[in-house]
Amino acid sequence: MLKFLTLWNRELASYFQSAVAYVVLFFFLLATGWNFQWVITLINSAPTEVTVVQGFFNNFFFWFPFVLIFPLITMRTFSEEFKLGTIETLMTAPVTDLQVVLAKYLGALVFYCVLWLPSLLYFVFFRSITGSEAAGSPGSLWGAYGMIFLIGMFYIAIGCLASVLTNNQIVAAVISGVSVSLLFFLGVISLFALDINQGLKDLLSYFSAIEHMGTFSKGIIDSRPIVFYLSTTLLILSFTYHIFQRRRWKN
Amino acid sequence: MIRVENLTKRFGSRTAVDNISFEVGRGEIVGFLGPNGAGKSTTMKILASYLPATSGTASIGGHDVFSESLQSRRRIGYMPENVPLYTDMRVNEYLKYRGALKGLGGRKLRDALASVKELTNLVEVEKRIIGSLSRGFRQRVGLADALLHEPDFLILDEPTAGLDPNQIRQVRDLIKNLGKTHTILLSTHILSEVEMTCSRVLIINKGKIEASDTPENLVRQMRTAGGILLEARTAQDDGAALLKTLPGVREVTEKKEDGWQIYQLRLEAQADPREDIYRLAVSRQWEVRELSRLKGTLEDVFVELTHADH
Repeated sequence: MLKFLTLWNRELASYFQSAVAYVVLFFFLLATGWNFQWVITLINSAPTEVTVVQGFFNNFFFWFPFVLIFPLITMRTFSEEFKLGTIETLMTAPVTDLQVVLAKYLGALVFYCVLWLPSLLYFVFFRSITGSEAAGSPGSLWGAYGMIFLIGMFYIAIGCLASVLTNNQIVAAVISGVSVSLLFFLGVISLFALDINQGLKDLLSYFSAIEHMGTFSKGIIDSRPIVFYLSTTLLILSFTYHIFQRRRWKN
Repeated sequence: MIRVENLTKRFGSRTAVDNISFEVGRGEIVGFLGPNGAGKSTTMKILASYLPATSGTASIGGHDVFSESLQSRRRIGYMPENVPLYTDMRVNEYLKYRGALKGLGGRKLRDALASVKELTNLVEVEKRIIGSLSRGFRQRVGLADALLHEPDFLILDEPTAGLDPNQIRQVRDLIKNLGKTHTILLSTHILSEVEMTCSRVLIINKGKIEASDTPENLVRQMRTAGGILLEARTAQDDGAALLKTLPGVREVTEKKEDGWQIYQLRLEAQADPREDIYRLAVSRQWEVRELSRLKGTLEDVFVELTHADH
């Protein structure tokens, strides 16, 4: 356990010691700030049914940067170690493959959470300045952040899988970027394609991150997306683990 | 005890390590000597549980490096060639991290850090970022890392590569000292290093072990090691041709130096034609200013065994 914590700690520290992290943080906060400003403007301009929280988490300015950050966060997790050769000193130390994979995954996940923390402030400010709640109900805000976390778990796992497949960070970024986008748009199809049959539409809506966020940010906590994200995350993580092992022990 | 039995490693169609077997006993310092690409690093990576073998077994302290890899890794200090390090960390930070990965903590970690930095002369750079260190210092960080948890076994892949002569001497002395309390397997292609530090040499070439013995024995047994040095003035004679006719002389090379001919004779096994040379010189009335035996060196052994058309 101690070794796992050491590994995890090191992963986190290496994020915050790298320039990439701060660049990502900067542009991400820029994007979320812009998003928030845009929502406020929208609500001010005409009567709407959405709360600030709903507006914030369900528009283009939210989803676009959201999908983009995953490759940037995860591309270096495994690729860099393979490329630099430090994987050799890592794996000749008495640590298990599982400890390493989990530490790298959780390091990325925690960094992702840190990325999102400042946005909580927007809603706090909103409340203190306007005196009214940003969210329709407490469940709405926590639902939205809960969904951020769940989707994040899944997409970060995909990013780690991409990273473990290659020595090249750019290739990892491309693989994970394309995969995340594809998965994301799989869900979007169900909203736009009007001429596909209903059964397929229902199936695709299970994958729809947009729809999941839509319901959760209304305060409707549905167990199906929770199960979906937890199980797919576990699946992708186990693929990552097995591929890591294969690269290590392949004969 | 490091034990390797019938170890083979193939990368696709290329056989890097070809059915080798050897042992390194307690307290021995064994040198793995061989040209580039011979299979030294591959063997060491297998011993360090980094690469799996294609067939055969390897064990460290009784633990198989594949099936009991965690136990085996706990007892090894491994220093890979090219010493890969996290260049964004500071020396202290890195060593602390590595110590923690090896199971050290608290007071034990602190003491280990202090002693290892002392041993490898890293105290002056302990706060510097590894990326800013010279090759020599990075090598020492790698060595310090290997020594941290006081492992019984040290596996060092080219520990003096890229160091300047001072640093090489320091590392060599360090290894000799460590040899008193550790079992060491090191690889190198610096022959003098092997002669000076190792109790036994394994010469490896193209994945096979060509020889395994003490440096002195190897040199003694090697039939073409050494030779004879003759410095003479042979007037009109073709000294080289005449010398070549003597029994036991395999090859003669000639150099001219301010009027004198310098001949180096390579001999057949156990031959000592010095008397014949003397008689020849006297009968031809050569002036002789030196006739001596050239001591064989490990380099001769090495070249002989690993020669390209061997």
